[in-house]
Formats: sequence, structure tokens, C-alpha cells
Amino acid sequence: MTTTQTPAAPPARAAAPTKRRPKRQREGAAWVFLSPWVLGATVLTLLPMVVSLYLSFTDYDLFNPPHWVGLRNYVQMFTEDPRYWRSVMTTLTYVVIAVPLQLALALVVALALKNMRHGKGFYRSAFYAPSLLGASMSIALVWRALFNDGGTVDHLFGNGGWINRPGWSLLAVALLTVWQFGAPMVIFLAGLQQIPAELYEAAAVDGAGKWRQFVSVTVPMLSPVLFFNLVLQTIQAFQVFTPAFAVSAGKGGPADSTLVYTLYLYDRGFVASHMGYASAMAWVLLLVIGAVTAVLFRTSRSWVFYASEGDR
Amino acid sequence: MTTTASTAVSRKPIRWGRVAVHLGCLAALLVMLYPLAWLLATSLKPANEVIASLDLLPSHLEWSNYKTAFEGVNDVSIWRLLGNSLLIAGGAVLGNVISCSLAAYAFARLRFRMRGPLFAFMIATIMLPHHAVLIPQYIIFNKLGLVNTYWPLILPKFLATEAFFVFLIVQFMRGLPRELEEAARIDGCGPFRSFFKVILPLTRPALITTAIFTFIWTWNDFFTQLIYLFDPDKFTLTLALRSFVDASSQSAFGPMFAMSVIALLPIVLFFLAFQRFLVEGMASSGLKG
Repeated sequence: MTTTQTPAAPPARAAAPTKRRPKRQREGAAWVFLSPWVLGATVLTLLPMVVSLYLSFTDYDLFNPPHWVGLRNYVQMFTEDPRYWRSVMTTLTYVVIAVPLQLALALVVALALKNMRHGKGFYRSAFYAPSLLGASMSIALVWRALFNDGGTVDHLFGNGGWINRPGWSLLAVALLTVWQFGAPMVIFLAGLQQIPAELYEAAAVDGAGKWRQFVSVTVPMLSPVLFFNLVLQTIQAFQVFTPAFAVSAGKGGPADSTLVYTLYLYDRGFVASHMGYASAMAWVLLLVIGAVTAVLFRTSRSWVFYASEGDR
Repeated sequence: MTTTASTAVSRKPIRWGRVAVHLGCLAALLVMLYPLAWLLATSLKPANEVIASLDLLPSHLEWSNYKTAFEGVNDVSIWRLLGNSLLIAGGAVLGNVISCSLAAYAFARLRFRMRGPLFAFMIATIMLPHHAVLIPQYIIFNKLGLVNTYWPLILPKFLATEAFFVFLIVQFMRGLPRELEEAARIDGCGPFRSFFKVILPLTRPALITTAIFTFIWTWNDFFTQLIYLFDPDKFTLTLALRSFVDASSQSAFGPMFAMSVIALLPIVLFFLAFQRFLVEGMASSGLKG
């Protein structure tokens, strides 16, 4: 997103006197500063991506050398493995439930806090706190107990808790994500505060009521932030692991109802030692996340409004 | 700024609306904080009360839960677990702050060939799902004989693999006035001196944000620790809690949640101490992009 505006860095005073040496020295200096990143990016990112692509066409168990099997892993995944499809559907369901709920709640709370005079900082921090705590095993265990047989939810609704019922267990996991709405909320709030007051004044002068101001000023001005949150939260939601692991004791149950994609990938790769199969799964995940992001960016042209277009 | 403008139009009649907003927020807050209150209360409940009733308050405070928790898990004391967690989180913080600020300085201020494409690549790796590189990384560390050590958890941080923080610091450095470095250059400072003497001190807020987020994320991390660490005496608090998941009978509930409270404590303390940095760091990450 940011790339387009980077090369605009002015050459500072590079073109000052006729010395050529300092410039080359500085180019060398740049690579010194970059060296840890370059090493990490090649050895721990680029190389692993290539290797995992290769491994996805092999049978590999960590102990014996990889054995080339062509497309078999992919064929098996797509045509012979019902649990794979189960994990795909579980993850998609989870993303479709958790992300919109979380963002809607974040937006509503941000709007409520926007014009608040007293206590705004307090609420902002308090609502944000779960975002820091929610990824922990501690909270995942709390969730498991709250939604278990005899937990609070069972006492309130009397249906035996959610995590033992295949139709409900994923919702319990999704609610843990929704609970962490504070991070996108803080970003929404900062975005709301950057909308120039003149726009609201102008709208009011033109006779726009509160609702009209929201639709015609807030929504378009906030759309880049909404888009940022949507992309970020969607990518993260595709990779959910800890709560699904904790709720199902690492098994993805009951009846595979919390078998999210990464949990199944972990199960295939690190429990069953099918590293080739798991690599194929990882690449499909990468491609799907890439495709979803691309689609979001593509549709964004029609609904995301950049006020600074042209003057930047 | 916005506040005054939009409320000036309709000041008087909105009072009740304000009250309603506050009541709504408080109600939401109660629901939000319930799991935390429940955790604290349950960590002090006698075993037979944990699932028996909806009562939040225990009939008496069962401090022995904490005593049991302090004895640890699998014959490993809680101090060991805590120390292991701190070691990993501390190493990660050090690694991220050093490597990410170095890379960020190059991207923000220095000129070199391929800067545009490399920057684009760096941004792309923020979006990259961890799982795409996980298995080969595991194989590499396995070949090096480093599985079941802390190296796989700490070393990558010294190589700026968490591009999010590079990006965060780049954004911050771009906001610093260039005149400062030019003055330093005229005074004879090369890029290294001006980085350490001029830029780095001014970048402190972004470095603190990086340090806090790295600490919390590493502290909470489960997946990486799960695949790399096997020996119970190398376990972290998170992994020790995980062993409760497999074998939890109701009687272990009290000590399990006592240990959960202990595991959350550093995050809560960090949050209370640095909430401004955290909230603002989060807010700016989404906007300047």
C-alpha cells in the first residue's frame, strides 16, 4: 500500500560537491544496516518458501530424504481427504462469523467514544486490554471453561455448554476473536479523529442531519481505515490456532467442528509427520490468503475513498 | 478538535444521549471484563465450587491454589517456567529492537540500489502467513540440531523477520526532520554516528512500542513454542498451561487458573505502565500506512 510513496525521498544534499566517494560509502553503509534483514529475508523467508514449495511435491517425514511424488499431495488433499475440506469449511465459517462481528463492534464502539468528553481515554484503554490478553493460553483456557459443560454459558442458556456441541463450538472460538475488538476499535477511533471538522460543518450547513453526515462524511472518509482493518483482521483470522487448540485439547473436536486449517496443518505436519502434505497445505493457505487480499484490494476501488488522492 | 465542532451545533438537548452512551459503554465493559473477573475469582475458588454455581465470589479464598501453582508442573518449578518465558521474551525484544531499527534506518533514510523493490518485498512479508515458512524453518533448525533449544525462538528476531516492526519504525523515522542529520553530517558524522547519536535517541517512542508489542506477542506465543520445545524443564508458562489442557480434571481447575493469572500478570503490568504507547502505537500503525 505504502510502496508507491516511498521512492519520493528527496536526494537530500547528495548532489552537493563533486566528491563521489561519500555516496558509494553510504551505499555500503546502507547494506551494513540492512544486513540482518537481508539475511533473515533470504534464509528465513525466501528460501523456506521455495523449499516448502518443493516439499509440497514430495513425501517427507523429517527422517528419510524427501521422495518426489508429483502432485499427489494436492490430489489427495482436494479429492480424497474429507478432513481437509472439513478444515477449509471450518476456517471459512470462522472468518465469515468472526471478522464482520468484530469489525462491526469495533466501529460502533469507536463511534460512541468519538465525541465523548469525559472518560474517553479510560474506555479506550479498557476496551483495548482484551486485545493484548486474548491471544494468551490463559484466556483460551478461561474460554474453554466458560463455554464448557457447567460453565457460565451453560448456566445462562442451559444447553450444556457450547464446546461439546458441534454446531456451537466454533461460535465460542469466534466470540473470543470478537472479544478482542479493541485493536481495530483504536484504529477506527484514530481514523475518525482525523476527519476534518469542516466537512461536518459544511454538511450541517447544507442541512444534513446526523445520519446523513454519517453516510456522506464519516463512511467515505473512514473507508481507507475500514479497508485496512478488514484486510488485517481477515488475514489474521485465516491463521487462528491457539483458541481452537485449547477448546478442543488440540484435536479440533467435537466432530472436527473446531478443526481450523492451521490446526489440521499442525496435525498433519507435526503430529503425523507428513511434512510434504503439510507443506502443500501451507502453500494453498498462502495462495488463498493472497487471493483473498487481492480480491479485497480489487473491490476496494469501488468503495474505498482516498481523500488525499492527487495532492500527495 | 472534532469534538468541539460537532457538539457545538447541538449542545443542550444531547445530555441524555451522553448519559445513554456512558451507560451503554459501562454495560459493554462489564460484559468484556467478566472473563477476567471470572478468571481471578476462579483462581481463588475451592475445587468443588468452580462449576457448581454462577456465583462469581468464592465462599472462602482458597490460597492453596496459588501454592499448588507455585510448585509448578511436571516437577518443574514455576520460577523456572517464568524464567524461561522471560528469557525468550527478553531475547526477542532485544533482537527486534536492534535488527528492526537498523533495517528501518536504511529504508527510511539511506539510498541504495533496489530500495523500492526491497521495501515492497518487506511490506509483503508483513502479510505473509507464518505457516508458509514454518515447516522449512523447522527443518533448517532441526538440521542444525537446534530444535528443543531457544535459538529458533530468538534468532529470527535478530534477523528482522518481524517486518511489521520495521515498517512501524520506518514510518516513525520518516517523520523526523532531515535537517538534524544534515547538521550532523556537516559536523562530520557518517551514517553510523548520525544513526546512533541523532536518529536512534529520537526514535525512542517507536522503539518502546516495538519492545512492548514484541514482549507481549512473544509472551503469548504458543504455536512456535509448541513445535520447538519438548523438555518440560525448557517449557514456558504457556506450554506448562497447555499440559493442563490434556489432563485437566475438575480438581486441577483452581491451580490451573492460578497459574493462568500468574502468566497474565506481566502483560497486565506492561499494559498499565505503557498503555499510552500501546494504544497510540496501535492507532498509528493503521493510519500512516
